[in-house]
Amino acid sequence: MKYSVTLRVNGKEQKLNLDARATLLNALREILHLTGTKKGCDQGQCGSCTVLLNGKRVNSCLVLAVMADGKTVTTIEGVSSNGELHPLQQSFLSHDGLQCGYCTPGQIVSALGFLNEPWDKTPEAVQIGMSGNLCRCGAYPNIASAIEEIRSSIQEAASS
Amino acid sequence: MKPFTYQRPFTVQEALHSIRNTPGSIFLAGGTNLVDMMKLEVINPSVLIDINQLPLNKIEPLPNGGIQIGSLVRNSDLGFHPLIRKNYPVLSQAVLSGASPQLRNMATVGGNLMQKTRCSYYRDEISPCSKRNPGSGCSALKGYHAEHAILGTSSSCIATHPSDMCVALSALEAIIHIESEKEKRKIAASEFHLLPGNSPEKETVLEPYEIIVMIELPPLPPNTTSCYIKVSHRALYEFALSSAAVVLEWEGEKIKQGRIALGGVAAKPWRCFQAERLLENSLPDEKLFRSCAETALQGAEPQKENQYKVELTKQVICKALSTAFKRSV
Repeated sequence: MKYSVTLRVNGKEQKLNLDARATLLNALREILHLTGTKKGCDQGQCGSCTVLLNGKRVNSCLVLAVMADGKTVTTIEGVSSNGELHPLQQSFLSHDGLQCGYCTPGQIVSALGFLNEPWDKTPEAVQIGMSGNLCRCGAYPNIASAIEEIRSSIQEAASS
Repeated sequence: MKPFTYQRPFTVQEALHSIRNTPGSIFLAGGTNLVDMMKLEVINPSVLIDINQLPLNKIEPLPNGGIQIGSLVRNSDLGFHPLIRKNYPVLSQAVLSGASPQLRNMATVGGNLMQKTRCSYYRDEISPCSKRNPGSGCSALKGYHAEHAILGTSSSCIATHPSDMCVALSALEAIIHIESEKEKRKIAASEFHLLPGNSPEKETVLEPYEIIVMIELPPLPPNTTSCYIKVSHRALYEFALSSAAVVLEWEGEKIKQGRIALGGVAAKPWRCFQAERLLENSLPDEKLFRSCAETALQGAEPQKENQYKVELTKQVICKALSTAFKRSV
């Protein structure tokens, strides 16, 4: 049986007709061809499928698409605007926050979610707050410094 | 994943009516555990009743000074809530120590109570497992069991309950509010989960036609300290090998009363009632903490590969008690 599902993906309304078994990840990749969101473990253990669902970061492999009906979804394809990289994307480049790049879309979208969450302002916050994203190449120090730079600039902007 | 049909009720009554009248149906909340188990084909419902639209997602103070937590509150919203952080730090620490930020953003409080064991034989869909296939036996007993239970086990099952949050709820003497079409009832968090005995497939007191609507946290006296200590293979994003939630109420320099609950060592959050008696009206020191730990683990029955958990858990208890003590001075 198919179900009608309406998603607002990266600002654009998408009306889909899906099997109840379709995950949000599969709907994004296979139906909408937004393949920036990666399928890693497909069981909520690696974070490479991270998207923002109504602004909150989630593992899209464990969300059924029918559960996301009526919600907004932001994928890595929706992070930049007008052809300009998002500061976080630029920071990943400047800090060399990747090697093979497979986990990178999930890392960046997860970091966007992290920056909007009420974490304590401690030096360890980035490592703790980004624990849901694995990087098998081990680019963690550069990933953390890329995110830390944006976090500090947001804090400075807020305090000035 | 096996095929299923999907429903989305908007009221608790509608959801309860559906679950009672639809064979093979199961409630879907955050899905972080259930969708995973369905992909593994360990749980195969024919109908999913998505309860995410029910109005059970609020955290509200109670007139008696306690707090009520709707069963659909997301784990991250619970852990970050200012009232929980201020009045029940042990609960905030416990819930934020579990899973990952992405999972906590979806996972609900009710779903956390209902989550399944991480025992690899339960999850593999093939091995004999009395929890998955009643009466088939326990593969972990003769197989890999380094992460399994040491307290309250049976010859049918040595799996653990994986939750951190539930350990804190047990130490806080939280009350679970349950509804069916016909009645409402309450049960203490420590009594919600069941030990395996001969029927490990029955994991909680919740009946298939019931729903968890709310978790009530009783008020704590102002001179109370608490903490959650967890040991796992990784510092973050890993299930507890052993954990302890401790709540201590103080009267001057003495402990008036204390509560200790353990995680990662049993099929349920393990309350240490006998050890708690030792804390009553006692002056805190390392000797007292160690005798509490010894008492708590008296009945431990480890297997070959998880004997380390006995001493580990004793040290976790001592660490939790001394940390809660330090917070009192």
